[in-house]
Amino acid sequence: MDTVIHVEGLEKSFGATKALAGVDLTARRGTVLGLLGPNGSGKTTTVRVLATLLRPDAGRATVLGHDVVAAPAAVRARIGLTGQYAAVDEALSGTDNLILIARLLDMPRRAARTRAAELIERFGLTDAATRRVRTYSGGMRRRLDLAASLIGRPDVLFLDEPTTGLDPRHRNEVLDQVRALAADGVTVLLTTQYLEEADQLADDLVVIDTGRVIASGTPASLKAEVGGQRLHVRPLHRTDIPAASAILAGLAGETPVVDASGELTVAAREPGLLHVAGGRFDEASLAIAELGLRLPSLDDVFMTLTGRSTEDAEKQAGPTDQEVAA
Amino acid sequence: MTTADALVSAEAAAGTTAVAHRTDVRPPLPPSDIERGRRGPSTIRHGLTLAWRGVIKTIHSPEALIDVTLQPVIFLLLFVYVFGGAIAGNTTEYLQFALPGVLVQTVVLASAGTGVGLAEDLHTGIFDRFRSLPISRSAPLVGAIMADLVRYLTSGVIMLVLGVILGFRMHTGPLAVLAAMGLVMVFAFALCWVFTALAMLVRQPRSVQGIGAMIMLPLTFGSNVFVPSSSMPGWLQAFVDVNPVSKVADAVRGLLTGGPVAGPATTSLIAAAVIVAVFAPIAVTLYRKRA
Repeated sequence: MDTVIHVEGLEKSFGATKALAGVDLTARRGTVLGLLGPNGSGKTTTVRVLATLLRPDAGRATVLGHDVVAAPAAVRARIGLTGQYAAVDEALSGTDNLILIARLLDMPRRAARTRAAELIERFGLTDAATRRVRTYSGGMRRRLDLAASLIGRPDVLFLDEPTTGLDPRHRNEVLDQVRALAADGVTVLLTTQYLEEADQLADDLVVIDTGRVIASGTPASLKAEVGGQRLHVRPLHRTDIPAASAILAGLAGETPVVDASGELTVAAREPGLLHVAGGRFDEASLAIAELGLRLPSLDDVFMTLTGRSTEDAEKQAGPTDQEVAA
Repeated sequence: MTTADALVSAEAAAGTTAVAHRTDVRPPLPPSDIERGRRGPSTIRHGLTLAWRGVIKTIHSPEALIDVTLQPVIFLLLFVYVFGGAIAGNTTEYLQFALPGVLVQTVVLASAGTGVGLAEDLHTGIFDRFRSLPISRSAPLVGAIMADLVRYLTSGVIMLVLGVILGFRMHTGPLAVLAAMGLVMVFAFALCWVFTALAMLVRQPRSVQGIGAMIMLPLTFGSNVFVPSSSMPGWLQAFVDVNPVSKVADAVRGLLTGGPVAGPATTSLIAAAVIVAVFAPIAVTLYRKRA
């Protein structure tokens, strides 16, 4: 298989905070690698090392065979980067932003214009092309940002939470673009906090927590590890939680996890669990506010893999990637 | 000309001659699309592209010019009409003495703005993008400084025109006036590197502003810009006489109203060269290291 990104034992500390504590990952040509983890888990730091913006303390990372520390220029010539914050100039128009990047990539004037126009059109920004970016909505900025990272037709694209803050429609637009790029042979490394997004898009997944890889594999294998669907129950009255918990424990053979909103969750291994549980709650005359099956969320993955919630993981992580990056 | 036209033609002026197209670059790219094999001074070429970004920003938000236009105008009026009479006996004579110096002071104070602007830019994502591009690492710094020189030139021209309106008379030729402007720009360019280094070091725009003022106020007022050094106590005279701002002011005075030029101009250029030689490498190194 054709390895495009290869990372081995990557470590990076910011003062006393260990952002990366030995990350290993590999991405194959023309695939999307999803890097999944809560805030502060080291996703952004990993991307910044791979995009030659940060020097690692230890370990090795290569992009298309070029070492990011020893040959950063060779890496930069082949990559595109879209960070968490739209890296576009607010004072310039959308077109000027793209032309600026094209000219910095040494495109001749005419080619720079053509390429800018092409991407403006592709990302649905034609009407806003000559307007200053300051007047753009969050979604438009994101799309322009993605367009800017595609100017040089990169072989490898780093997308750091490209859909954060986007409404569902624009989110899907961005995801469609990423899919199309991968189909064209671009290797994409995408970070996300949403399992669903990673599931839709990624060929391979790497889950990281406090700078360590805690799981990796295809979305299917990861889900199998986490254990498919879950049953969620929220009794109408909090006083009924122990009773509901006892019923679920008896049915599912495991003690349910109770969250702050009073919702109980167990793995739904038996297909009929939803129906049976509903009947038992009725028999016990428990008033139920919500009852249903759900696919595992990142929280569930986390709970299964680490035994704690993503929220706890964020608290434990100390300063987040964003804070460190600032 | 639209800004897009202007942007793309900016580099035509950089004299970038396309050299052999490399064929070993990424296969999906037609060779005419990106000429990666293009040689030449890429720092300057990319710096000019980035400078044009700065100039377009200024054109789009002229309010950003206040610190280099209105502020020095107020300074000039204040000094000439409030202090001028007391210092020189009458305002006309004082204007003749002070204007060349105020010209220098304006760009010296404004050069701190380069540092503040860079410190602000560093916190936005766009610098990350620049740093992830295959361009010279110092190009964004060079670009910012070149764009600011345009601002300072605007400021210098405004001061000179206002001076003439108020009664300032130049006794030399147009070439000497151009040389005076050129010298002020060279000195401003050198000082920009001091504040660029400062911005890379402290990173907070507010801190850059504060430290900048701390450096600039003694440097401009502890000079012969407003008052001849002969009226000052000996220890201060010693400082004023070695202060490069005094030298530049002397040279500009000579170039605008007559008097010795060669000596102070040479000293000024040497001072500028030393400042660049010391602070440019510091700024670029700090910028590269900045994580």
